[in-house]
Amino acid sequence: MGKYLEMIRVRFLMMLAYRTNYYSGILIYSINIGAYYFLWNAIYGGKGEIEGLSVIQMTTYVAVAWMARAFYFNNIDREIAQEIKEGKVAVEFIRPYHYLLMKTMQGLGEGIFRLSFFSIPGMVIVSLVFPIEFSAAFSTWVFFMIAIILSFIVNTQINLLTGVMTFFFFNNDGLIRAKRVVIDLFSGLLLPISFYPGWAQNVMDFLPFQAISYIPSMIFTEGFTGSAVWEAILFQLVWAVILILPIQALWVIAKKRLIVQGG
Amino acid sequence: MKHTSIFFLYVAQYMKTRLTYRVDMLMEIMSDLLFQAVNLIFILVVFGHTNMLSGWSKDEIIFIYGFFLVPFAIFGAFFNIWDFNERYIVKGEMDRILTRPVHSLFQIILERMELESLFGVLTGIAVMIYAGSRLDLGLSWYDPIVFLFMVLGGAFVYAGIFILLASISFWSDSRTSIMPMMYNIGNYGRYPVDIYNKVIRFVLTWILPFAFVGVYPSAYFLGREEWYGYAFLTPVMGAVFFGFAIFMWNIGVTKYRGAGN
Repeated sequence: MGKYLEMIRVRFLMMLAYRTNYYSGILIYSINIGAYYFLWNAIYGGKGEIEGLSVIQMTTYVAVAWMARAFYFNNIDREIAQEIKEGKVAVEFIRPYHYLLMKTMQGLGEGIFRLSFFSIPGMVIVSLVFPIEFSAAFSTWVFFMIAIILSFIVNTQINLLTGVMTFFFFNNDGLIRAKRVVIDLFSGLLLPISFYPGWAQNVMDFLPFQAISYIPSMIFTEGFTGSAVWEAILFQLVWAVILILPIQALWVIAKKRLIVQGG
Repeated sequence: MKHTSIFFLYVAQYMKTRLTYRVDMLMEIMSDLLFQAVNLIFILVVFGHTNMLSGWSKDEIIFIYGFFLVPFAIFGAFFNIWDFNERYIVKGEMDRILTRPVHSLFQIILERMELESLFGVLTGIAVMIYAGSRLDLGLSWYDPIVFLFMVLGGAFVYAGIFILLASISFWSDSRTSIMPMMYNIGNYGRYPVDIYNKVIRFVLTWILPFAFVGVYPSAYFLGREEWYGYAFLTPVMGAVFFGFAIFMWNIGVTKYRGAGN
């Protein structure tokens, strides 16, 4: 356990060394939030609410969805692909830790860094520029914290899955890019899931993606209340457990058929 | 003549390297298509809840998006030099470029081209045909020529902005994230400018004229006469921005000192 905690710390410190890169990142996210703010305002026109969300809730939704993304987002699929391509993964196999768990911890270190130096200051700046509503209820914040931790887990698991695929495809930049696009759309980052037509919502109920962005953002904006919150968190929890199976299976197969392309 | 033959030599070379990993190239084209589909789905879902966006109908917005894809694809294929600073300045690759007897920017464009982006031209035209037929848009004999000028104007606006940003690295080689920021600002141009406030509208028209890549030229084909003035400015803006960018690039090259070993 100690070694994994150390990995979180090391990655955190590594990110800290390059923190100036992140100030411009806040600006980029603010620009995105701004674009969607104007777009949603035009979409609402005079309407009071769409699918149970008011304009202000929608703005809050967009802002929190992007800022939460800074926490759960990581590039470990790309890193794994890179290490497999360069043959470095062979060395990782003989080290005394679980490679995938180690990658997860590095992702977590990055996530914690971004949460404290990116999301929180970013949210403060964004809330000064755009009309955003924060919930006063303590329970909302607690549920939100649980939800973003679970969204980190689910997103990281999907990243691990795409990363490990490199063992089978050798070069899978295309797949990694495709995955990113799918997640942007089906996680609820661009559009709340409740805005989709009914049949699409039914399909998405059977996919893990809404656990990543839709659920934490809806909890934050109080679009979910009462038992809906518990159901949403249960949904995330179930997926977090289910996704362990394919990852472990692929990992075991991959280890057997490892081909090192140099290194 | 010399430039044309060099261009085709590079294209041939490029095809060879890309066709080595066929599955990956296919995946890349697929993910591009997917990315374009995502934006379309966004528009479709949004219009499930509203009929008009500041006076623009669903099909008009789809048409604007389709048009946007065409100049954007050309830009992505040839002028996508977002990693210029890191690749050429920090690693000193610019030294190699400058020893050769062809204009430096031309060489870099050839080295960095990504021809698979051109697929976006087809998607864009398909989207425009779909939206155009639903809107009953008429087509005159001169419209294809106008279209060509509008597309080139839009692509040159994009190219001009990115070349200008790349030229900054001749003066300052510190890493910046202006480039990714520009991609995001570029997305503003996909929607009608009347949804934004006055400041953003002014910026999108005169300072970072991304509106000339999507809304303004599309307004001509959509028959929105109130925007015709801006629409016909598109090729002019493209020429002005591209020309200014080349001018700044040429000055910048003389300031290049080299960072290599």
